[in-house]
Amino acid sequence: MNADDSVRQFLPKASLEALIAALRDQGYTVLGPRERDGVIALREVHAAADLAHGMHDEQAPGHYRLTADDDQLYFNYVLGADGPKRYLFPAQQRVVQLHVEGQRFVMDAASPAPPKLAFLGVRACELAAIAVQDRVFGADDPRTFRCEAELSYCETRRNAFFVAVNCTRPGGTCFCVSMGTGPKAERGYDLALTELRAGFVVEIGSERGREVAAQLPLRLPTEAELELADIKLAQARHSMGRTLQTDGLRTTLARNIEHPRWDQVAKRCLSCGNCTMVCPTCFCSTVVDSSALDGGSVTRTRLWESCFTHQFSYAHPGPVRHSIRGRYRQWLRHKLSTWWDQFGSSGCVGCGRCITWCPVGIDITEEACAIAATPSQSNSPFAEAWEGEGEAEAAGEVPR
Amino acid sequence: MVSGASEQSGPPARPKLAVYKFSSCDGCQLSLLNLEDELLDLVEAVEIAYFLEARRRVLPPPYDIGLVEGSISTPEEAERIHQIRRDCKFLVAIGACATSGGLQALRNWADVREFTRAVYANPEYIRTLDTASPIAAYTFVDFELRGCPVNAQQLLELLTAVLMGREPKVPRHSVCLECKRRGLPCVLVSNGEPCLGPVTQAGCGALCPGCNRACYGCFGPMEQPNIRSLGRWFSERQERSPRTLKRLMRSYNGYLEPFKQEGDRYEQIEQGQE
Ligand code: SF4
Ligand code: SF4
Ligand code: SF4
Ligand code: SF4
Repeated sequence: MNADDSVRQFLPKASLEALIAALRDQGYTVLGPRERDGVIALREVHAAADLAHGMHDEQAPGHYRLTADDDQLYFNYVLGADGPKRYLFPAQQRVVQLHVEGQRFVMDAASPAPPKLAFLGVRACELAAIAVQDRVFGADDPRTFRCEAELSYCETRRNAFFVAVNCTRPGGTCFCVSMGTGPKAERGYDLALTELRAGFVVEIGSERGREVAAQLPLRLPTEAELELADIKLAQARHSMGRTLQTDGLRTTLARNIEHPRWDQVAKRCLSCGNCTMVCPTCFCSTVVDSSALDGGSVTRTRLWESCFTHQFSYAHPGPVRHSIRGRYRQWLRHKLSTWWDQFGSSGCVGCGRCITWCPVGIDITEEACAIAATPSQSNSPFAEAWEGEGEAEAAGEVPR
Repeated sequence: MVSGASEQSGPPARPKLAVYKFSSCDGCQLSLLNLEDELLDLVEAVEIAYFLEARRRVLPPPYDIGLVEGSISTPEEAERIHQIRRDCKFLVAIGACATSGGLQALRNWADVREFTRAVYANPEYIRTLDTASPIAAYTFVDFELRGCPVNAQQLLELLTAVLMGREPKVPRHSVCLECKRRGLPCVLVSNGEPCLGPVTQAGCGALCPGCNRACYGCFGPMEQPNIRSLGRWFSERQERSPRTLKRLMRSYNGYLEPFKQEGDRYEQIEQGQE
């Protein structure tokens, strides 16, 4: 039996409506999984009927299909291509607008107040990814200097309410167990739900969560309900679509800069950037300046950018990463290796999106595994430096 | 443009714009005319000196900016483009026809005399070249704007940039980035469509995926496209035939490398199978 059973509650199926209503009453825009052209998309929901329902997904490298089923469950599918990143860190955002008054540029009014968003149905891996982005954008350390876009991330993030859903049916490309991020949400949520046929086992994760829970027709769960929820989650741990052996991986990738596998994957990779767009931790952006025809105003817009574009590594002598090989290698090594140096954690949370949404089905777990299985002789000029860190990592002291 | 210093001595001379048509459907010129919200600003910023589709009045050259729509597919066009180059300071080829030869370039793989005999009662009156070619095959162009038709916002960005003397911001990466930024479902992954977005240059704002259709490559190849890999996926996972793949490559930009090279390769595979 679970230690915190005293705090677990039960929300009958029909009362999902009450949860959405309670959030909306508190002024939240509720965003939840909706079916859109055969894919689960995170969009505004006004009522429980808006949520995707009675369907499950089939995910494999380069493959996604949504199929109706008789299960009548709400959350029998996992992630679609987009997630909270789209709202916390919009794909396109105006940073600043200036107009000409007399002989000088004047800044237009500041951006509107940050939205108040409630995410319904976020998965454990997503919460882990948000924690990663918090470190990137400085949301967990208010002293760090932030530019406009990051400020907007931090404010939207601070306002956000998270209703997690624990995964009882992992997808075909999921590997959160390997990355230690799921399938059960352990932190970062306000409320967490585990779906059973009759309703949801509810856990409360914050004071805000408690306030919302107080307005819901909750009852105490039966012994059987709690046990069933635990069994379903334990089963989910054993039905991951993929696994990734992470022991020593960081060091192996650091040492194998010239591994022949990079050439093989470069023959397949399209450098299309889909993997970076769908990855919930990828944070790169670019700014584009545009001017009005009459020269009377200029606008700077921030857009999601990808390390797979040629322009991305442009420095004064020209782009640094000329080849697709160099770009794929940079991406994979950043996710699984150099992210540790930069932010003190893995850059991959095991959500599997990059595998599903790669048009030619390139699988990050397969690529990393191929290199780990046949590591070539150390050929990195930094190999010496890595030796010590590898030992520290093995001893569980991961250096920042 | 910002300074008001010249107000005393009457309005400053506006740069002169010329718009030319070669072998084409007029769609790119229409993109310019469709810029309804910006058209008034445009005629204030430039003087329309030569644009037969829009107005009859023609001012004499030289022109500051020349936009050329269409491919070169007749002997007259092959002559005329050289005078246009001399008349325009900054010459821009706009649209798939002007930048790749366009759909007309499908004739480049066939016998155009055969076509004229099949279509016209008196084919002897038809004077045409054996090939349809992009403008750059005949003369130097300062810039090329892709698309069938060109994207109106890109056209506006081009004109604004030229007027301000800065480089036009035209991305060279895949359509997929625009598609994902818009949050569109991927028709390739979720529907098994042969979408060319991962090898096609952005600029359209993912127009076709936005209508739940596969991209058919009308903006031409992106920077360093890996067509071979995408083609392998289409043939192995979607079971598309070499003939289908050849036809995918040979459409609006079929004669533009490296679409041409891959189209030709699929043709060889197709013939090898027969
Ligand atoms: S790994 Fe796949 S999704 Fe990523 S750039 Fe390469 S082909 Fe595109
Ligand atoms: S690298 Fe792939 S699996 Fe890992 S978090 Fe990003 S999208 Fe998910
Ligand atoms: S990776 Fe884990 S937490 Fe994320 S959707 Fe899959 S099973 Fe759920
Ligand atoms: S629909 Fe086409 S353009 Fe959009 S992401 Fe998929 S492959 Fe790329």
